[in-house]
Amino acid sequence: MAEFQAGSATGPRRSRPLSPHIQVYRLMLSYVMSGFHRISGFVLYFGMLLIAWWLIAAASGPNAYGYFEWFMGSLIGRLVLLGYTWALLHHMLGGIRHLIWDLGYGFEPAEREFLALATIVGSITLTLVVWVIGYLAMGGPR
Amino acid sequence: MKDTSMRTPLRRVRGLGAGHSGTHHFWHQRITSVAGIPLCIAAIVIVIGLLGRSHAAVVQILGSPIVAIIMLLFIINIVYHMWIGMQEIIVDYVHEDKLKFATLMGNTFFCFAIAFASAFAILKLSFGV
Repeated sequence: MAEFQAGSATGPRRSRPLSPHIQVYRLMLSYVMSGFHRISGFVLYFGMLLIAWWLIAAASGPNAYGYFEWFMGSLIGRLVLLGYTWALLHHMLGGIRHLIWDLGYGFEPAEREFLALATIVGSITLTLVVWVIGYLAMGGPR
Repeated sequence: MKDTSMRTPLRRVRGLGAGHSGTHHFWHQRITSVAGIPLCIAAIVIVIGLLGRSHAAVVQILGSPIVAIIMLLFIINIVYHMWIGMQEIIVDYVHEDKLKFATLMGNTFFCFAIAFASAFAILKLSFGV
């Protein structure tokens, strides 16, 4: 019966484990990267509109494709594409991190933090690499 | 143990409960994420290769069989992945029934529209006219 009284209003209260509460939880990189993974996935979802626009414009003809090129070449277009590149590469690396966990590796505290750090450093580095290659492919910045 | 359940033996042995399904979304998300790695890299390479080219050149390259097949696989794989992913986000954050079903339905409409429009464009680039 002690079990039943433990949680009652009159009986002695036991301290029970609490789930992590977001406002008092120490901010950790792995937790931030988990959020980034979901947010980048959310952003990429709507980013597919760009891919669809690109393909439909190419299929529609030179005028439609010219309009798409004009937008993507503008400052806003380039910023959108830069953000899209980063979101894609970040989500990819975050996904690889999840696949590593799915296989049962990388659960030690130091390994978790390393994977989280590798995700953010890797995604920024890869984004820069892709853009440098992209500009080189176009024959320099223009 | 006395069986007082209304569930049939088949229902019970499947162990799926009121959801009528198990972990197939989890598994399909893993399949499409593994497939997505080479497909996204290939798509990035294709996009870089097309940067600054004329419309005629872009049409020719996007319409060539290997590139078109890769782009089709990329589209179908990514759209299925994002369909499941957005559903997961919706059921996590949208609790009001009408809004939840409306957004879940909107998610399906959006994904099918993106997939069919993109696939149609690729096929048109491949087959001409």
